[in-house]
Amino acid sequence: MAIWINDESRVLIQGITGRQGTFHGIRMAQYKTNVVGGVTPGKGGQIVDLDGHKAPVFNTMEEAIEKTNADVSVIYVPAKFAANAIVSAAEAFQSNGGGLIVCITEGIPTLDMVKAVAIVDSCPDVRLIGPNCPGIISPGDNGGCKVGIMPAFIHKKGRIGIVSKSGTLTYEAVAQTMSVDEGQTTCVGIGGDPVNGTGFIDCLSAFENDPETAAVVMIGEIGGTAEEDAAKWVATNMTKPVVGFVAGSTAPPGKRMGHAGAIISGGKGTAAEKFAAFEEAGIYVARDPSEIGSVLVKALIDSGLREHK
Amino acid sequence: MNIHEYQGKQLFREAGVKVLEGVHCTTVDGALLAYDSLGSKVVAVKSQIHAGGRGKGNLYSPINNELMMEGGVKIAFSKEEVEKYATKILGNKLVTKQTGPAGKMVNNLYVESGCQIDHEYYLAILVDREKKSVLFMASTEGGMDIEEVAEKNPEAIHKIWADPIKGLIQEDAQKLAKALELSGESQKEMEEMLDSLYSLFMEKDCSMIEINPLVRSKSGEMIALDAKVSFDENAEFRHPWRNEIRDLTEEEDVEIRANDLGLSYVKLDGNIGCLVNGAGLAMASMDVIKLYGGEPANFLDIGGGATKESITAAFEIILEDPNVEGILVNIFGGIIRCDMVARSVINASEEVGLSVPLVVRFSGTNHKEGKAVLDESGMAVHTVSTLAEGARKIVEAIGDDL
Repeated sequence: MAIWINDESRVLIQGITGRQGTFHGIRMAQYKTNVVGGVTPGKGGQIVDLDGHKAPVFNTMEEAIEKTNADVSVIYVPAKFAANAIVSAAEAFQSNGGGLIVCITEGIPTLDMVKAVAIVDSCPDVRLIGPNCPGIISPGDNGGCKVGIMPAFIHKKGRIGIVSKSGTLTYEAVAQTMSVDEGQTTCVGIGGDPVNGTGFIDCLSAFENDPETAAVVMIGEIGGTAEEDAAKWVATNMTKPVVGFVAGSTAPPGKRMGHAGAIISGGKGTAAEKFAAFEEAGIYVARDPSEIGSVLVKALIDSGLREHK
Repeated sequence: MNIHEYQGKQLFREAGVKVLEGVHCTTVDGALLAYDSLGSKVVAVKSQIHAGGRGKGNLYSPINNELMMEGGVKIAFSKEEVEKYATKILGNKLVTKQTGPAGKMVNNLYVESGCQIDHEYYLAILVDREKKSVLFMASTEGGMDIEEVAEKNPEAIHKIWADPIKGLIQEDAQKLAKALELSGESQKEMEEMLDSLYSLFMEKDCSMIEINPLVRSKSGEMIALDAKVSFDENAEFRHPWRNEIRDLTEEEDVEIRANDLGLSYVKLDGNIGCLVNGAGLAMASMDVIKLYGGEPANFLDIGGGATKESITAAFEIILEDPNVEGILVNIFGGIIRCDMVARSVINASEEVGLSVPLVVRFSGTNHKEGKAVLDESGMAVHTVSTLAEGARKIVEAIGDDL
């Protein structure tokens, strides 16, 4: 089944005529993602050629959804305009049956996101993933559904769900599952910004309810308390095994480590606290991302989901 | 981005938040002129650096590290005292809880009129990540470290949140003012101040405003005696005026240069330099180096748009640090292709004359091609396929070298 996106998803690209939009649109289409069109204000009526796949361009999200019946949109527009793109997608989806918005854009002002997230939250049938994230992918039997910038070829359809704040560290987690011969149901990058849409708990809950997902790998990083909150949720709600890693054990306090949200402030948000919360919640902890594979095998064996080799 | 107290107070004045009269100066003579112009017998002489804890910090000579004076914020009761304090502050290093042992050179001074204080409060405005809205946090225990209050007396901290769409609701502002046991004119002033600060926070795209202390004067006025303001760097594009008040001497020169090149760099104290794509993976690389007994010298994310030029610059920046005895390159190719990075690494090592051990880990897009490029180059480099192997190898290589 996978979560939120699958082979049937009908995907729009906001910013399709831009360099990023076209570049990643081609790779999405090559993976056989069903790209039904795109939106660039003022460029409606054009056709963008995504490596042989023709995608019509619309002026507004409203029009694009009406014409294509899309239920997913991915945003590759510059940071200045990204929050507005989220809001227009949210409003258009809400009045047309709902949908999923995936915002890849990095560098959106935090206060823009405060407003945008509040508007998304007022639309009960709309979900936002990101911003500042690699996106979401559900590998299929032949290609799959890729909504984002991740390298598709490292994935394989399987039974592990992955959720992560970091981009390349998600790829690392994917490679780790592959190294122990496990594939993925869905991989979600929730992004490293302080204010974002979908969080760890939303993903964990969806994986818990997804019959095809057997176990989850969760990758956190320093800053905030989302990992601690997720750990508490796991302890009381999750029946499937969870493997966890947190990046930033060696990060100094008060310094922003690349991601806007990755900062230890006032002594809070340390990796040590997050690892401790994971352990307390019965999450299988990997202290080194290169061990995620072997820890996952242990978790699967303990849960009777995999035989000893 | 942070600014000085005197700059924050200027923004407060413009926003209608009450502050005392004060003059910014950079010389002792300037401080004396400031004293005369203020016409207040008692003044505060305040060191201006981008770090908190100034009042409890100590000033040291940058030449021989001799203690010059205790306390970076002084109350002067005469012109002579202003001269004495200004002399001991300007040109010396102020070491506070927040600066680290190296301290910060004080080049700016703020001389401010005195005020009769009745009570000190704490107020901060920031973005609450969990509630995804702007948080106002206040306490009656002003002048104290908020983390200390949070630990010892959490019920003394009062919070309200602005509505992301409607803004700060007046009833909430009133609730906060009352929680601080304010009444009458002081309560009204506090509510107005909260409103003005919220407008300032939103208009200037702040990431934090902290006032510690905010005081009620003997006459009942609410006055911001301190101003710590920082801005959201993501919103820089709509605030070009920030460049004019940015004090580059307060920032790490190398971090600014890295930033201009699209690199994200933070210097650390260890001896193993790291060059990585992605912030999470860059942190994880540091962590794993430590796990295998090494110490990372830096955090460095080359970003998704890295080029041959920016990778060469990244090597230069890493090697500027004299502590660096080895480098670990860790790339998980996505948009970035490992073969491009491999060519850039060869180019960089020739340009900068690389003389320390180098370990390269490639995975993802074109990792085999990347390894082949390095193998064929004849360069002295260890290639590995996992992060753990990479960390182990570089720690060993440095050990062998000694």
